[in-house]
Amino acid sequence: MGDRVYPKLVGARLRGQMTYRVSFALECLGQGFAQASELVVILALFGQVDSLGGFSRSEVILMYAIASTAFGIADLVAGQLNELPDYIRTGKFDVLLLRPLGTLPQIVVSDVRLRRVGRVAIGVVVMVHALGHNDIAWSPWTALLAVVAPLAGAVIFSAVWVVACAVCFWLVEAQELANTVTYGSNAFTSNPITVYQGWLRRFMAFVVPGAFVAYYPALALLDRPDPLGGPAFLGWVSPLVALAAAGVAGLVWRFAVRHYRGTGS
Amino acid sequence: MFAGLAANVMFGLLRTSVLIAAVAAAPVAGYDVPAVVAYVWLGQGLMAFVQLWGDTRLTERIRTGDVVVDLHRPWHLQTALFAEDLGRAGFSAFLRFAPPLVIGSLIYPFRWPEAAVWPLFLLSSALALVVSFGLRFLLNATTFWLLDSRGVITLYVVAVSVLCGLAVPLDFFPEWFQDLLWATPFPALIQAPIDVYLDRRPQWTVLGYQAFWAVAVYAAGHVVLGRAVRKVAVQGG
Repeated sequence: MGDRVYPKLVGARLRGQMTYRVSFALECLGQGFAQASELVVILALFGQVDSLGGFSRSEVILMYAIASTAFGIADLVAGQLNELPDYIRTGKFDVLLLRPLGTLPQIVVSDVRLRRVGRVAIGVVVMVHALGHNDIAWSPWTALLAVVAPLAGAVIFSAVWVVACAVCFWLVEAQELANTVTYGSNAFTSNPITVYQGWLRRFMAFVVPGAFVAYYPALALLDRPDPLGGPAFLGWVSPLVALAAAGVAGLVWRFAVRHYRGTGS
Repeated sequence: MFAGLAANVMFGLLRTSVLIAAVAAAPVAGYDVPAVVAYVWLGQGLMAFVQLWGDTRLTERIRTGDVVVDLHRPWHLQTALFAEDLGRAGFSAFLRFAPPLVIGSLIYPFRWPEAAVWPLFLLSSALALVVSFGLRFLLNATTFWLLDSRGVITLYVVAVSVLCGLAVPLDFFPEWFQDLLWATPFPALIQAPIDVYLDRRPQWTVLGYQAFWAVAVYAAGHVVLGRAVRKVAVQGG
């Protein structure tokens, strides 16, 4: 039965947001600019240097574009999870438990913010530009990868979002802590992981599987060997990493909800 | 509070990595590694101190109609709000400014200034706070006319980190864009105190620039408030 409820809920949210058109356009623009600020940083840096972490300007822009599109989609889908502490503190979460629907999808459809399309739009535009300005050996496989990479990245980001926010079940004020990996991943994945060092790279690239969002797929598209010595197939496994991440996220969420105790208020 | 600090430090680490990768081979626009590290962590500390991301307290009071009560109190609303903001900033100087600086200086090679620079840096930070408050007050005051200032504040928050020199040192931008930015009050928020700290340009020139904008923005707020009071129509209440 749930299958037919969700499209209706999402449809209602979307229509509601389109009602105030000027406000909607402004917020769309704002979200687009927010995502583009990372691009401004990249362009400013390359105004001064010729390579960053061993990669040229158009190569870094390609990574930024994949990461941005992926993050934009994930933000659209999973961004509402930032409201979770509010749900828990006010007891609204208890209401979700009463309904015969999954708790996670209920939160996800609770407020689909269409204005975040601004982020996706910036990502796609830059992506088209980057794909045209890099030396890519086009084949059915690379073409497929160019489409799948942002989608797999979006799944990875969403999984990270779920796991990070699940911490809020134990630490109610943990939202900003969650932001360090959600928005932090956005910043991390926009650059080649070769610019990061030590535990920061290991954690953000492989524990939070940020390296599989943009870095490895971009290497595969560019047909470049990994300067860090990783095998070439890593560029093609993002969908598998995404599936695994989604599985882990599902398990963590179930575990968290099962151990959830109301706030008592 | 500590979660906020954690986010602050994480972004500091990420930003430091990228900028070090850029300047490691050769200094860029006068920034070597210790300078760029100091630049990042001063910025991470300052953004909480000057409350770079805006605030909506006055907006809320206007929207709910509470501002009418505020306006009838025996104080000047702008000065009262500034006093509150001073208290907030003083608190965050210890809990949000100092810790990132300590953490950054422990992890990376860090540029410390000569002792004589510290008082100038404190003065510059104080001026940055006044300019920041003045801008936030003006943004909030648009609510008197727009009724909903969220769009304006969103655009400000989005633009400010690039314009004020938080995202990347303003000296990395093309010259014409730098000139344009220094003609606005934005660099007074973050880049100016950092320039004073790193002694990148004549310090008294930077302080003079900040002082000009502090006065200009505060005065503009005074005028705007005066006009708003004359047109204010009580909503709700």
